[in-house]
Amino acid sequence: MGILEGDKVTKFFGGLAAVFDVDFDINKGEIVGLIGPNGAGKTTLFNMISGSLSTTGGEIRYRGKRISNLKPYQICKLGIARTFQSVKLFANISVFDHVFLGSICGTESRTKTADAQRKAATLLEMVGLSARKSDLARNLPLAEQKRLEVARALSTEPQVLLLDEVMAGLTATELTSFTTLIREIRNEGTTILLVEHVMQAIMDISDRIIVLHHGVKIAEGLPREIVTNKRVIEVYLGTDAYAEHQQP
Amino acid sequence: MDTPRALLKKSIFPSLLVLFLATLPFYMPPYTPLAVTSILMYIVLTVSWAMFCGPTRYISLATATFFGVGMYTSAVLGERLPLPLVVACGSLVSFLIGLLTGFICLRLRGFYFAIFTFGLNELVRNFVLWWEGRVAHTVGRWVVLVDSLTIYYYMLVIVLLTVLVAFFISRSRYGLILLSIGEAEEAAAHIGINVTRYRIFFFALSCLFMGMAGAVMATKWAYIDPRIAFNPVLNFTPVLMALFGGVGNVFGPILGAGVLTLASEILLSRFPYYYMLLYGILFIVIISFLPDGLVGLSRRWRENPLIS
Repeated sequence: MGILEGDKVTKFFGGLAAVFDVDFDINKGEIVGLIGPNGAGKTTLFNMISGSLSTTGGEIRYRGKRISNLKPYQICKLGIARTFQSVKLFANISVFDHVFLGSICGTESRTKTADAQRKAATLLEMVGLSARKSDLARNLPLAEQKRLEVARALSTEPQVLLLDEVMAGLTATELTSFTTLIREIRNEGTTILLVEHVMQAIMDISDRIIVLHHGVKIAEGLPREIVTNKRVIEVYLGTDAYAEHQQP
Repeated sequence: MDTPRALLKKSIFPSLLVLFLATLPFYMPPYTPLAVTSILMYIVLTVSWAMFCGPTRYISLATATFFGVGMYTSAVLGERLPLPLVVACGSLVSFLIGLLTGFICLRLRGFYFAIFTFGLNELVRNFVLWWEGRVAHTVGRWVVLVDSLTIYYYMLVIVLLTVLVAFFISRSRYGLILLSIGEAEEAAAHIGINVTRYRIFFFALSCLFMGMAGAVMATKWAYIDPRIAFNPVLNFTPVLMALFGGVGNVFGPILGAGVLTLASEILLSRFPYYYMLLYGILFIVIISFLPDGLVGLSRRWRENPLIS
């Protein structure tokens, strides 16, 4: 039994199956990548796990307990946090207060102000935003905004972290430091499920990959297995990726 | 967050102002407390509106409804209970109706929330009008008379209460929570904030103070009917005053209400034919140059002392 399981998870929007009969089993401490072309249902699946969307069918379990159709704030308090495909920060709130707020509200029991402040400072140190702690979120460049979103998610003390295209729009340097950050988060004990289009990064960092296409899981396995999978190459990767991976 | 010392320093001017207002009746002509009572009323309505609607950006156009509820509570209970109890009841009834309203319009946001609240006022006003006409057979009510000085001091205390509550909320974790709901509600929900709970409670809290003011003002106006108590203009005035003064902190609404009420009194006495026009022009000019309101202006002066 993994820390996060999905059993025939399905979501219909009217007659359209955005996600259909998707099973997954994430083990504690894993970094699992979720890839697929646009419209494959990746963010929809994330939305169902985090509680933004209700499931039409199937069940999602966290540590054995059913969480599908709970409210987002309840799921957060249980220990699942996420970032968003388009950054959803509190524009006129300071960097420090973002993480402070998460520390206060994200935990099951009431947190004291002093403790929350200490935790916020530590987290900002971890993501490298300590120097910016008084800046308003809207004044940050994109890479730092993404780091802040990650820090805010981490402030709720999650056991599972969902990262939705967190590397989109980053330069090569930013990508490398982000990859390091994600590994560091996993080393602290957090399980990570990430959606990405940046192939280099996700193949590099994931223990396992799940591939979605038109709402259905078409492949699952180790990165090297996925990259050589004919169906995956056909619908998403293209032959260049296969060629790239073949190089020593 | 300020240190206690900085806070003490900042409270010197407000404390002096309160002292000045408290001793006003002793050295000003008798009309002054009467005029100031109106200003105090607008301050309470504006500050309590801004308490919830400022940070969360849910524009409520139902201020008159909760103010009117307080008025009617006062009219009904005024003869049977002492004034403090009447005010308490007015506050409580407004609070409860505020809870109910918040619960009903949970799924509404932005524009739809504003329209709903506006419609609520129409509904309540017309319902009470119908009830009084068809069921009770007497439209309007007389309210027990209270002397103007007592009314003045009651309103002063209510202003103090409202401002202090608004101030401490804005500085607390709840202020931050309300702000986050206004900035990115979905993200706020995902960091463990039970948005529903905070929306309903703080909306009702703002209604409580509106009802409190209504309960007292009813005794000043002495006669109320649905058109007076649930006057739709009173839905918009606090919004305009809050925007004029700036919704970023507690002082914006106070400044906005104070300045605009004063301005309208002066304009009314000097230009009885054109005062509405001039009032409108004044408002438009200020908002065009100061989208953050008057408070934004003072902030700019502080940040750029060399630029006027």
